[in-house]
Amino acid sequence: MTNKEALFRYAVRMGDNSLVLGHRLSEWCGHGPQLEEDIAQANIALDLIGQARNYLTYAGEVEGKGRSEDDLAYLRTDREYLNVQLVELHKGDYAYTIARSFLFDAFHLALQQALTTSTDERLSAIAEKAVKEVTYHLRHSSEWLIRFGDGTDESHERAQNALDDLWRYTGELFVPDEAEEVLAKAGVVPDLADIRAEWSATVDRVLKEATLKRPEDGWMARGGKKGIHTEHLGPMLAEMQTLQRTYPGVEW
Amino acid sequence: MSENKEEALFQAKVDAEQKIEPKDWMPDAYRKTLVRQISQHAHSEIVGMLPEGNWITRAPSLRRKTILLAKVQDEAGHGLYLYSAAETLGTGRDEMVDQLLSGKAKYSSIFNYPTLTWADIGAVGWLVDGAAIMNQVMLCRTSYGPYARAMVRICKEESFHQRQGYDILVTLCKGTPEQKAMAQDALDRWWWPSLMMFGPSDKDSPHSAQSMKWKIKRQSNDELRQTFIDRTVSQAEFLGLKIPDDKLKWNEETQHYDWGEIDWAEFFDVIKGNGPCNKERLTARQKAHADGAWVREAAMAHAEKKMKQKAA
Repeated sequence: MTNKEALFRYAVRMGDNSLVLGHRLSEWCGHGPQLEEDIAQANIALDLIGQARNYLTYAGEVEGKGRSEDDLAYLRTDREYLNVQLVELHKGDYAYTIARSFLFDAFHLALQQALTTSTDERLSAIAEKAVKEVTYHLRHSSEWLIRFGDGTDESHERAQNALDDLWRYTGELFVPDEAEEVLAKAGVVPDLADIRAEWSATVDRVLKEATLKRPEDGWMARGGKKGIHTEHLGPMLAEMQTLQRTYPGVEW
Repeated sequence: MSENKEEALFQAKVDAEQKIEPKDWMPDAYRKTLVRQISQHAHSEIVGMLPEGNWITRAPSLRRKTILLAKVQDEAGHGLYLYSAAETLGTGRDEMVDQLLSGKAKYSSIFNYPTLTWADIGAVGWLVDGAAIMNQVMLCRTSYGPYARAMVRICKEESFHQRQGYDILVTLCKGTPEQKAMAQDALDRWWWPSLMMFGPSDKDSPHSAQSMKWKIKRQSNDELRQTFIDRTVSQAEFLGLKIPDDKLKWNEETQHYDWGEIDWAEFFDVIKGNGPCNKERLTARQKAHADGAWVREAAMAHAEKKMKQKAA
């Protein structure tokens, strides 16, 4: 894999992670547990979709075949989406949404912080902006996870169940694919082992305050990075892409 | 001071265009009217998130998705400002929300119509927000201070909402015949319900005269509706769309458009609960509230624990 191919795949992956999670969070808009949370989740979704636009635009430029952000978002099949499986899972109840966001945000912040020093100027510029946003995302998801863990019996149980269910999707975050290996070697992206250490420390710190138990590492799902997804992604993309697929090639 | 004297002073203040503030004396009926109106307005913002939210996950480009999500988020924010404004009159948000969920409180009937195609998102922005703005601009000068100030903030964002809706339709009308037909179909379905948003005709609007005297309202339903029509016709012409009213015609003498007749039977039917989505809207709000109960309880329980820890 050439550096250019690796960079394309990497930018697509980063874009897909943000787009898919942003889409899931946007599903709460109008249906949240309180008005303030509708606003907060919409805010976070807007940040994530904004990041996705930056990454997908960059991916299109790196590829050099004239594909736009929308071509990449709306005209790829689920087998061509390269996001980790964690972000595509259904929204679940609010504990599930919060626990998923927390597990991803803790990873995302460590990663974006490291990317601010990337030798690739575009990646570092995108990271510079994203760090500010993701800092807020992690604060939001951590605070809610703590409220749930250290709230009522019901909220504690829901949060613990969500963590237990989601844990198997965290392994994939830290297993590099070929693109990540190529780019890490070239010093463009960080070593995922370092990110894992930081993520793990954040998880321990927040779970302790939340009085929640860190699940044991067991079997870990993987495949998202090479386009093998869960059954959740297909229907999500079918919904998202409906107009572009039904009326090909028109302006919206 | 006697009640009559208080009331005379109050009316003098209103007549002199001074704002009434939360701690000022006000007639009970004024307070009651305001709580009803502001909370209805807040509920409308919240219920209004649903028909537009229906298209967030299907918006046809990342740019459109971003704009629509930001718009629906603004509406949640408007709901918050308005609930806060109503709270200054002594009614809590929980009580107002309960009234919405039990079906006792009303919200704008327009949101009981379905958004069936992407063009509906354009039409809602252009016509529904356009009609709402007419009302809201007037309310920026309403006599109750907190309400007027909330409206000033809201109006700024609403004009962006209307532009984004119109922009969707401009794009569709410049597009393929199928896209243009989608736009015409949306106008056909949203035109009359949008005119109904201004409320019953003045002669059938029992509270209007008193609200005008108190300067809660400053223009009548019929006046606002006529201004809206006069403004909107040329915008439809620019799009190349036909407004579904055969009687619509410019009148040189009055310098206004003449137009047809609203189906008032439909209007009152939807208010009574018999619109296409009344049940869906209320059910969606009830479900969000019920599903969120444990979340709100957890937040409360956690806050109490923290307070106790601090005190200890």
